[in-house]
Amino acid sequence: MKLFEYMAKEIFRMHGLPVPDGYVVESAEDIRDVRNPVVVKSQVPIGGRGKAGGIKFAESTETAREEAKGLLGSEVRGYRVKHILVEEKLDINDEFYISIMMDRSTRMPLLIASADGGVEIESVPENRIFKRTIDPTIGYNPYIGRELTKFTGLTGDTAKQVSFIAGKMYEIFRSEDAELVEINPLVLTEDGRVIAADGKMTINDDSLFRHPEYKGRDEELTPIERKAREKGIAFIQLDGDIGVIANGAGLTMATLDSLSLHGGKAGVFLDLGGTDSPEMVKSAFELMMEADPKVIFINIFGGITKSDTVATGLREALSSMDVKVPIIARIKGVNEERAIEILSSVGITAVSSLAEAAEIAVRRRNEAAGGD
Amino acid sequence: MAIIVNENTRLIVQGITGHQGQYHTGAMKEFGTNVVGGVTPGKGGMEVLGVPVFDTMREAVSATGANASIIYVPARFLKDAAFEAIDSGVKTVVIITEHVPVHDAMEILAFSHRKGVRVIGPNCPGIASPGKAKVGIMPNAIFKEGSTGVVSRSGTLTYEIVNSLTEAGIGQSTAVGIGGDPIIGTTFINALRMFQDDPQTERIVMVGEIGGTAEEEAAEFIREYVTKPVYSYIAGRTAPPGKRMGHAGAIIAKGRGTAESKIKALESVGVKVAKVPVEIADLIKKDI
Repeated sequence: MKLFEYMAKEIFRMHGLPVPDGYVVESAEDIRDVRNPVVVKSQVPIGGRGKAGGIKFAESTETAREEAKGLLGSEVRGYRVKHILVEEKLDINDEFYISIMMDRSTRMPLLIASADGGVEIESVPENRIFKRTIDPTIGYNPYIGRELTKFTGLTGDTAKQVSFIAGKMYEIFRSEDAELVEINPLVLTEDGRVIAADGKMTINDDSLFRHPEYKGRDEELTPIERKAREKGIAFIQLDGDIGVIANGAGLTMATLDSLSLHGGKAGVFLDLGGTDSPEMVKSAFELMMEADPKVIFINIFGGITKSDTVATGLREALSSMDVKVPIIARIKGVNEERAIEILSSVGITAVSSLAEAAEIAVRRRNEAAGGD
Repeated sequence: MAIIVNENTRLIVQGITGHQGQYHTGAMKEFGTNVVGGVTPGKGGMEVLGVPVFDTMREAVSATGANASIIYVPARFLKDAAFEAIDSGVKTVVIITEHVPVHDAMEILAFSHRKGVRVIGPNCPGIASPGKAKVGIMPNAIFKEGSTGVVSRSGTLTYEIVNSLTEAGIGQSTAVGIGGDPIIGTTFINALRMFQDDPQTERIVMVGEIGGTAEEEAAEFIREYVTKPVYSYIAGRTAPPGKRMGHAGAIIAKGRGTAESKIKALESVGVKVAKVPVEIADLIKKDI
């Protein structure tokens, strides 16, 4: 789950990591009297806002409200702006980069820093980037900050502040179960303060059970995706029109790939995962119907999820709903005979080869679409 | 031979009294696995399918001489169970549990590294060496003993591919599902090295998917170390960027982790890459 800048900064502030004075509004009228120059920042979960016109400056209350009005409801890099962060404008002397992320290759937290901030870190030369894994059983210690500031050439009070911030970031990374905590730019002001001018955080979805405070704050999902998440089903809306229900992420992706080889395009990716409850299958099917697919393609390889469990859930869903969409099923694995029997009782013929089923699904889709 | 699990594996099931634990204890015994004990705190003294249950891993290991464990406990209790396993003296720990917090996974793996314990998973289907032992949840019927090693990030897609190999008469030395999470204990590279060193294994099937750079790193390792033929399938050619495709690790971020990049890296070191899962069996058949 990606946090908006204002949410990340709330967390920074709580941990004592310096951020600019500011507040978030949902309406331009809520902007308070402007005494010193402010930055008006649209809140979207994507980088490159500045270039896309999502960040404005204002020196009066009127212009601040005017700019906010223009941004609210507009689209910045594909995201509709619902929140505006109003912040003091910093007098910038220098800009740095600093982040902590989980590193898949070393399987450890990785601290990255550079004296070249304010630009995409990918564009900074390797020899200007400080990289340091942190053993999660030992955690951050001040010597890591000394290594960082030595490498980046920071000295004196600036070095002290940056080390302090690195430590705070690690504390946040751990306590919030983050996958990423990033500050770009980390600003050195004219008066010598080091402040997080931006803030980006991604919280690990699998850790949300121990962070009830984030419940309902994920604004990136479509309404059906949100409903699916609440039910514990992986449901992703795509831009085709074949609804795919499969068990296991790899198999679901392989199903999408097979459809595309036959010229079809999935509109929904629905992974049942390792469920063994017909109820779950039924609600997955109901969600699928909400997405309004032209054809539904079910691909099950029974393991933890037994084939007949899926068939039973499907039968229950079909008996309680009026489904006119063609359904193609491909069933294999644990209890497949029983599953095929149950499905044929509700008029669905199951195929055992994935390639054949994919071909039929695409054909039925083209029939249903009337040859468009 | 085979890799990691074989006829000498002596297994403890952590979470044996739960629904999944019981079901899969039965299935693993049918496969031929020597399940020597189970652990569920507070249930010591019971028996499940003739297997003695202990309260702690330490007790179980000292009573049975176990050298491996498999963990079925729910994600929120996983860290404790995994630490307990790693600290108990077993050499291999297979973590089936899905939705494990990444910070827990990082800590578990740092500890296992220090203790010299092999962790497979989390969020994996486990490992099976047909004719010898299975420590996992894969369906028994899909396997056939043979000389093809299989390593995969997926669960059900592994079943799909192993099944199609078996139907084509191609048996397996060992099939290992390393898991779909971004942070996992056993990597492609670890498995490739073991398959290369295993006399029973004559060829290797590597099933990857979008997200991360594990396949690219594996390609580099194949160039340096692997002389046996390698076949591959990469799931997610049609996945859009920025969407997490079911597995926590399956995401194309900032243009990295695409299927094209992985396929290119693998093909450049001589790996034959199939377009659909079942094509792997066809590619192998052509060569033997």
